[in-house]
Amino acid sequence: MTAAQISIFLENKSGRLAEVTRSLADASINIRALSLAETIDYGVLRLIVDKPQEARQVLSAAGFTVSETEVIAVEMPDRPGGLTAIVDLITASGLNIEYLYAFVGQRGENAVVIFRIDEVEAALEALRKGGARILSSDELSAI
Amino acid sequence: MSKDVPCWNREMEFMAPAELRQLQSQRLRDLVARVYDKVPHYHQKLDAAGVRPETIQGLDDLVRLPFTGKDDLRETYPFGMFAVPMEEVVRIHASSGTTGKSTVVGYTRGDIGTWAEVMARTLAAGGTHRGDFVQNSYGYGLFTGGLGAHYGAERIGASVIPTSGGQTRRQLQVLQDFGSTVLCCTPSYALVLGEAGRELGMDFDALPLRVGFFGAEPWSQSMRQEIEASLKCHALDIYGLSEIIGPGVGYECLEKSGLHLNEDHFFPEIINPETGDPLPDGELGELVFTTLTKEALPLLRYRTRDITRIIPEQCPCGRTVRRIERVSGRTDDMLIIRGVNVFPSQIEEVLVGIEETTPNYLLVVDRKPRGMDELEVQVEVSAETFSDEMSKLEALSARIGKEIEGALGLRVAVRLVEPRSLERSMGKARRVIDRRDLGQ
Repeated sequence: MTAAQISIFLENKSGRLAEVTRSLADASINIRALSLAETIDYGVLRLIVDKPQEARQVLSAAGFTVSETEVIAVEMPDRPGGLTAIVDLITASGLNIEYLYAFVGQRGENAVVIFRIDEVEAALEALRKGGARILSSDELSAI
Repeated sequence: MSKDVPCWNREMEFMAPAELRQLQSQRLRDLVARVYDKVPHYHQKLDAAGVRPETIQGLDDLVRLPFTGKDDLRETYPFGMFAVPMEEVVRIHASSGTTGKSTVVGYTRGDIGTWAEVMARTLAAGGTHRGDFVQNSYGYGLFTGGLGAHYGAERIGASVIPTSGGQTRRQLQVLQDFGSTVLCCTPSYALVLGEAGRELGMDFDALPLRVGFFGAEPWSQSMRQEIEASLKCHALDIYGLSEIIGPGVGYECLEKSGLHLNEDHFFPEIINPETGDPLPDGELGELVFTTLTKEALPLLRYRTRDITRIIPEQCPCGRTVRRIERVSGRTDDMLIIRGVNVFPSQIEEVLVGIEETTPNYLLVVDRKPRGMDELEVQVEVSAETFSDEMSKLEALSARIGKEIEGALGLRVAVRLVEPRSLERSMGKARRVIDRRDLGQ
């Protein structure tokens, strides 16, 4: 059970990020989580949105390089040590986390973190075995 | 006055024009007979052009000869145009060609002697003499710059310091401690040396450095002033290309008003690059050379692709050999960066070979103030290439850089850009932006 992340290649030019958010806003797409990684020359914007398919179409049509990636959304207690417990589950099974970022909103008392791990199935299994609560796309959209 | 002008070969450099023309005509006759006899490729070309070698009487018949281009060298790669058995070839150099294959040139012992002679003239025209310390910072290797300057300086009897390229700190130490009086390197590297020297607290006014011979890349009059102010020495331009011999084809004297051609060895013409028609002295066009005396790789009317004009007036120095202006452009898209010839097609070939990339690219050449020429290769990221993981994008750009360096022998900066961000025009995309200030 994975969630769909939209990744966008952005050159470090002024106004490019605004063009992404404007395109999404015009299509009434809501951004639920985001992370921006950057080098001197370019950045990669990663988004969890309520309508991933539409977002991809809208951004492609606007001329952006877009890809869709499977990520894992995990719900965890919003208190000290909450993230450590989850990360431990993943690293204990020998898996490598490519990157992670936090969700904008909260689900009840809990926080939501997005994990990008190459071996998705193995990661899902490790998390399930450890009792982590994994969210579906629908659950994410409902937050 | 001409008696005081420093020069290496007074007889040739100051020869009466009519006498020089006679010598050139005689050498041309011999050359055409020789290539027809020894080089099958020329045999065919001359036959195809309907030229019987014995009908070539002198320079007036030159226009009847077919042109030679890089394509001829590529077709006959690597040694097919050599006019002597390989046992006679004592040296081979190579420069990059338009596609993966390099342009290979060979020299007999006689050619090496000619090369030393024309480079001796080049260096002597700037006042180099026995007793000088010549610091030669051109790269030694397949590139003709290093060994060309080396042999010329040795011929003069100067003390050659073969520092080769790079290692700026050590170059500066040699310059200071050995007391180099003559410097040979690219013009952009001259500025790097000046800048780095000043940072180390060197006082160039106090150094014995007197003159520098700067070539292997295009530069400008304003850059000359900058170098002279920085290194406190005369900055002279030199011209050459490996197909003809390497450095030593043309040289500036201390008048600094155009490059004298060693035309007793390399006969120049200026042609209209579109029609191939010869143009009179003074008109701007493509520079073409016929190597009158070359043994291993003689070439008829070789098209350099360099744009310049022959200066009709005689130089105040009194030399009778004609001058060309600084090369002002190219008829093709070749770039010269830090002495390395770069064709956009070579970069394209590398990109096509990397399956993750699209061959959509843009080359941006820049020369930072007091810096070396830099080539940035912008490559579009396609939906297929794109990864959400930075490490994969970084690995891709590193791989592109490494493969280009492997193919060109030149370190480049790779920059990934958004697709369709590179300018497209009808049909052919613009591939090169040259931001170097090369105005005259």
